[in-house]
Amino acid sequence: MNLIDTAFARLKAEGKTALIPFLTMGDPDLATSIDIIKTLEEAGADMIELGVPYSDPLADGPVIQRASERALTNSITLTDCIQVAEQAREAGVKIPFILFTYYNPVYQFGLDAFFELVKSKGISGLIIPDLPIEEDEEVRQLSESAGVHLIPLVAPTSNDRVTRISRKAKGFVYCVSSLGVTGERADFHTGINDFLGTVRQATELPIAVGFGISSREQVKRFEKLCDGVIVGSAIVRTIEEAIPLLKEESSRAAGLKQIGDFVAKLKG
Amino acid sequence: MTQVPDQNGRFGKFGGRYVPETLMNALLELEEAYRHYSKDPAFQDEVRYLLHKYSGRPTSLYYAERLSRHLGGAKIYLKREDLNHTGAHKINNTIGQGVLAKRMGKSKIIAETGAGQHGVASATIAALLGLECKVFMGEEDMKRQQLNVFRMQLLGSEVVPVVSGTRTLKDACNETLRYWVSHVDDTYYILGSVTGPHPYPMMVRDFQRIIGDEARQQILTEEGRLPDYVVAAVGGGSNAMGIFYPFVQDEAVRLLGVEAAGRGVDTTEHAATMTKGRHGVFQGSMSYVLQDEHGQVQPAHSISAGLDYPGIGPEHSYLKDSGRAEYVPITDAEALEALQLLSRTEGIIPALESAHAIAQTIKLAPTLDKDKVVVVSLSGRGDKDVEAIMGYLGGSVNESH
Repeated sequence: MNLIDTAFARLKAEGKTALIPFLTMGDPDLATSIDIIKTLEEAGADMIELGVPYSDPLADGPVIQRASERALTNSITLTDCIQVAEQAREAGVKIPFILFTYYNPVYQFGLDAFFELVKSKGISGLIIPDLPIEEDEEVRQLSESAGVHLIPLVAPTSNDRVTRISRKAKGFVYCVSSLGVTGERADFHTGINDFLGTVRQATELPIAVGFGISSREQVKRFEKLCDGVIVGSAIVRTIEEAIPLLKEESSRAAGLKQIGDFVAKLKG
Repeated sequence: MTQVPDQNGRFGKFGGRYVPETLMNALLELEEAYRHYSKDPAFQDEVRYLLHKYSGRPTSLYYAERLSRHLGGAKIYLKREDLNHTGAHKINNTIGQGVLAKRMGKSKIIAETGAGQHGVASATIAALLGLECKVFMGEEDMKRQQLNVFRMQLLGSEVVPVVSGTRTLKDACNETLRYWVSHVDDTYYILGSVTGPHPYPMMVRDFQRIIGDEARQQILTEEGRLPDYVVAAVGGGSNAMGIFYPFVQDEAVRLLGVEAAGRGVDTTEHAATMTKGRHGVFQGSMSYVLQDEHGQVQPAHSISAGLDYPGIGPEHSYLKDSGRAEYVPITDAEALEALQLLSRTEGIIPALESAHAIAQTIKLAPTLDKDKVVVVSLSGRGDKDVEAIMGYLGGSVNESH
C-alpha cells in the first residue's frame, strides 16, 4: 500500500488533519535538506513535499523563487533531489515523501528512467504544477505502473473541471486556496469554503489545501474543512532566515530548532 | 501538410498547454471566444478597419534596388512592417487581441515586453480602446530601451519592472503569467508572440498572417510569381510566423528563419534556440528550448532585446522538424554590419531584430542568380535602437562601407 494512503487512513482514524510542509531541495545544501527533513518529522509533519529547484517556477512566488535560485547556484539536479529522499529514509525518516517538480526537468530526464528511479527511492507521490489533465496522460499511466500517486491540483477557477480532475486523482486532491502563485497571504479566495465543499463532493479521496497558509490560525481554519494542510512559502522563508545559523557548525542545531519550533507551532 | 494546430493546440508533438490549473479555464474561455469572434463578420470588420485606417495597412512591399545591386545577386524585396503605426509588426496582433479583450468584456490588459515594441503596441491599443494596461518588462531591458519605457508611460500604461531571474524577456514572461494567475478574473493577457500555451500560438499567428497574405499578393503583382525565399528574424517568432504561414503550402518557396547568435553559437552568449536548443517544455508549450542537460532553462543573449529569448514558438519547431523551414544564426556583429549597410544603401534604419534578417539576406543574395527573388520581413524600424547602436559603435559610425 502506498504510504500516503496509509498515513491518511491512520490520521482519519485518529480524527486528525495532516500537516504537509514543503521545502526546496538543496536550499541551502543537500546535507542540510536531509537534516531539515528529520527536523520536520520530529516537529510533527505527517508528509513532506520535496521541491525540485527550477529556473522558471511559474506557479511560485518570490520566496520559493529565491530558494530555487539558491539551490541552483549549487547545481542541484533532479537526481540529487531524489537521492535526498533515499538518504533521509536511511537516516530513519518514516513519513511519506511527495516530489514537487515542474515538468521540464522530468521530461529531460526521460519519463521511463524517471519513474524507474523514483519508485526505487521511496517517493510515494508526485506533483507537477504545470501538467494539467489535458497533458498528463502518459505521466499518469507511468505513475500508476510505478505505484507513485500523481496528485493533481484543483483551483477556485476549475469549476466543472473539478469532477474530471478528481476522478483521475490518486493519493489526495490538492486544492489551491486562492488565485495566484505560492506565497503567504492574509486573505483566501472569497468562495474558498464552497470550493472545498465542491471538491469534497467530487471525490472519495482525502483533500488538502495549500498556497498562502502560514500561521497556526490559518491551519486551524482549514483543519475542519480538509484532511491535509500544506505549508510552503512560510517554511521556506523560515529556512531562509535560518541560513546564517545553518551554515556554521556551532549554530546549526539552533537553526534547525528555529525551523522545528515553527512547524510545531503550526501543528498546534 | 495537415492543418495545425489540432484541437489540443498541438503542432505535431509541439505546443499544448503546460500551465498551472488556475489558468486552464481562462485559456479554454479565450479559445472559445477566439473561435467564436474569428468567425464573426463584425469583429473581423473592426479589426480590418483599425489595421487599415489606424495602423496604415497594407504596408508596402518595397523593391530594395540599391541593396540588391550592391550585393550583386537576387532581387530583394522588403516587407515594410516598420511603416506600421508604432513602428513594428507587433500592432497587428495587439489590435486583434485588444478588440477581442473588449468583446470578452475585459477592462484590464497586461502584456510582457522585451525590446518594448510589443509593450508600446499594447499600450497604444489600450489607449485607443480605453483599457487599463500594465506592461511587464525586465529591469535590464528597461535600461536598454528607455525610450520605449517612456513611450508606454506617455500612452498611459504602467510599466512594471521585473527583477526576478535574468531581468529580461524570459522573466518578464514569467512575471506576466504569475500576475495573470492572480488576476485571471478580470484581466486579459495580450501575449506578444507565437509562444506560450494554446491558443496563443495559433491566435497570434492568425493575427500576424496579414504580413504574409499581403506580401504574397504583392509579390505576385510585382513579379508575377512567388518568391524563391522568404527571410525573417525569429525570437519568439511572430513576424516570421506571420510572413511564413501563407507560403507554407507553396513548397517551392524556401522559408528561412534567422535567430540571434549573439557573440557566437560556440560561446555561452547567444539566443540560437534552434541551432543549440533541444525539445522541452517552457512557458506553457513544448518547443525547442535553450537549456542545460538537466532541463534548467538557460539565459539567452542578443544585442537585440526582442530576440533575447531562450524559447521559440511551437509552430516554428514543427516547421523545422518537418523540414519545411530552415533556421540559421546571425551574430551581433553581423546584425550591426547589416543595419549600417541597409541604412546607407536604402535610407532605412532597421530595428536590431530585423537587422538579423537583413544580415542573412546579405549572405544569401550574392549566392543566387539575378532572376531569383527574396522577400525579407523588415519587422520594425530602428529608431528605438539608435542610442544603443551609438554605444555599440563607440559613438561613431563604421566607415568601412
